[in-house]
Amino acid sequence: MTRLAVPKTYKLYIGGAFPRSESGRTYEIVAADGAFLANAAKASRKDARDAIVAARAAVAGWSGATAYNRGQVLYRIAELLEGRRAQFVAEIEEAEGVSRAVASAQVDESIDRWVWYAGWADKFAQVAGNANPVAGPYFNISVPEPTGVVAIIAPQDSSLLGLVSAIAPALVAGNSVVVVASERFPLSAISLAEVLATSDVPKGVVNVLTGSPAEIAPWLASHSDVNAIDLVGAGALDWISLEVDAADTLKRVLRPESGPDAAAPALGRITAFTETKTVWHTKSLL
Amino acid sequence: MSFLEYAPAPESRAILSLRDSYGLFIDGEFVDGRGTPFQTISPASEERIATISNANEADVADAVAAARRAYDNVWSRMSGRDRGKYLFRIARLVQERARELAVAESLDNGKPIKESRDVDVPLVAAWFFYYAGWADKLDHAGLGANPRSLGVAAQVIPWNFPLLMLAWKIAPALAAGNTVVLKPAETTPLTALIFAEILQQADLPAGVVNIITGAGDTGATLVAHDGVDKVAFTGSTAVGRAIAKQIAGTDKKATLELGGKAANIVFDDAPIDQAIEGIVNGIFFNQGHVCCAGSRLLVQENIHDEVVERLKLRLSTLRLGDPLDKNTDVGAINSKEQLERIRELSDVGVAEGADRWSAPCVIPENGFWYAPTIFTNVQTSSRIAREEIFGPVLSVLTFRTPAEAIAKANNTPYGLSAGIWSDKGSRILAVADQLRAGVIWANTFNRFDPASPFGGYKESGYGREGGRHGLAAYLAPSAVGRGAAQSSLAAPATAKPIETADAAPKRTRRAAQRRQTDSATKGTKR
Repeated sequence: MTRLAVPKTYKLYIGGAFPRSESGRTYEIVAADGAFLANAAKASRKDARDAIVAARAAVAGWSGATAYNRGQVLYRIAELLEGRRAQFVAEIEEAEGVSRAVASAQVDESIDRWVWYAGWADKFAQVAGNANPVAGPYFNISVPEPTGVVAIIAPQDSSLLGLVSAIAPALVAGNSVVVVASERFPLSAISLAEVLATSDVPKGVVNVLTGSPAEIAPWLASHSDVNAIDLVGAGALDWISLEVDAADTLKRVLRPESGPDAAAPALGRITAFTETKTVWHTKSLL
Repeated sequence: MSFLEYAPAPESRAILSLRDSYGLFIDGEFVDGRGTPFQTISPASEERIATISNANEADVADAVAAARRAYDNVWSRMSGRDRGKYLFRIARLVQERARELAVAESLDNGKPIKESRDVDVPLVAAWFFYYAGWADKLDHAGLGANPRSLGVAAQVIPWNFPLLMLAWKIAPALAAGNTVVLKPAETTPLTALIFAEILQQADLPAGVVNIITGAGDTGATLVAHDGVDKVAFTGSTAVGRAIAKQIAGTDKKATLELGGKAANIVFDDAPIDQAIEGIVNGIFFNQGHVCCAGSRLLVQENIHDEVVERLKLRLSTLRLGDPLDKNTDVGAINSKEQLERIRELSDVGVAEGADRWSAPCVIPENGFWYAPTIFTNVQTSSRIAREEIFGPVLSVLTFRTPAEAIAKANNTPYGLSAGIWSDKGSRILAVADQLRAGVIWANTFNRFDPASPFGGYKESGYGREGGRHGLAAYLAPSAVGRGAAQSSLAAPATAKPIETADAAPKRTRRAAQRRQTDSATKGTKR
């Protein structure tokens, strides 16, 4: 006698909780062969705003954590992802219609990318910062600090790797994130949220919205409490309008990318969401 | 005669040999602009100084074309060592003609000669000297080996530090191998035009630096020009926003250094004598025409009365008047328009219930003047606590705890600078960590140095000027990877180097256009 499976309800991830969209809307996620996989929540403007509120509240704690601590938390994500490797491989195989080998490669690379970025947490400031030899009796130092709340339109052609490639670097410096997952492949994003929820990432540091990027992105781009927007996965949207919207509050903007190298790992992805703070202090006479 | 009265000690204007009219500096020559010329006046006397050419659209196009030719044919091919030597030459010539530049600056801008002579012009020379040394060391700028220049930089600068802002813009651009079209502010074009003469003396190749004068529309035309690869702007947040919108979707990189409403936080354990001087320097330096001015004084409640009393006493000793007088502390407001804005916002302050006190000083008959002014009893919601006044007006607010000071300091859309006054080092470092501002001065204020990055958080703009960071703003990694790999400090992270079609070390204009058409697939950070 075969056992009847228990399917998962995929919801949003906001402020460490898994709410449904306040709008009550869902949309159907189908496999590559058209078979029904699940209903995903279709996030609304209110959901986006709730996510931004949660992200803002999380900035102080996450950016205030020591770099060593942030590195460990990010590494812990890799550990937990490794443990649930089979689940992600199966999910990607089904959703993207790729072979087990291809799906495995995507999961492996995602795990390794967390490890790579985890290692940067307590190093990037040494590379991006400076002691400045000013012409006077002053101690003068420049350090990179997190920009704040970063909105991300995740790469749309990938279930997990694109998502991880976009959110990991933003987290390294201490930003919190509101990410709009791939519209077609959102299920792994919510499964990743389950990993984040159990891996010491404080609530609100990562918030995951599923639904229509075309619908949600303009609200993120124009929201006053978002400091930066990564349009990496917005290539198919009217991203120039999004950039124009972002200019109203002088958000930092990263442009769309496409292809297999989209959001390739780079120190520049970390520093793109940092602000250089320069502190002068007088040196008195001895 | 009290001890505060001084005999006039005017700096001689004889050192100036100004022309009656100035053209645009394009392709190494002064040429007449095709727009309607305008007068530049001394804001201290309203007397005419010279007639200035006005660049129209065709002039802007000529300047950009000259910069492009100079970039393609000369500057991008020149060795870093030689570029550096030109910059060293310029630094030396600025030093040699320092007094002349200082007098011209004070005449045209209205700032006291002691500031133009001791702050502005020495920093101008220092800026060129600093970046001169970078020109042949770009491999160490943090972008990997052989970083490439961007091309033609459009630079639009404000009137508050005319020559210093020119140096902040031109020195790193040239060191990195870019060519420049610079537009000085409408009310302060004079020193930029004298600087053009210095470039001729330095024998800088024609077209490497072009200086076009005009009003805001000239700047907007320049920024919008298709031949421009990089935009560097210092000015108001409103204009910065407009520029960000204008260049959205294009391949132009931008550095925006915009407005500020800096908190200057004074704790009750501050070295009070130094703090009083620092507060005065923070807001009354350069008539408060400073984007990073400490315009919001946050003073701990228990020392509020003492600090305000001592500030009033100190301000009563400031001498307002002839900018060319060596004893002048407070010069003229740069323009009638700016004076009106200061008056308007000050009146709003009174209307919103704050108490206004102005230093008792004799206001000269002609020219534009505003006495140093303090507002007490200011609410955090008041416009004088939120909007950039850009004048000699200080808003005083109080706090009880460090947490309250931090919350109030950060309660602004701006994030350019901040000050902290305390004798407790651990407190300074803790507060500095929490302030959302790009430059923080502890037990000092308004210090600038070419080695020190300067720029804002939030709506004070993005990008940094000064230091290695300021150099990186004019460079891109040689093997341009996708997306963020183009931003500063990019590093290929994987063993596989990322190659794309646009990795050519020297970008031609055609390449720029090609990039623009398919920019949707090539991530770039603005």
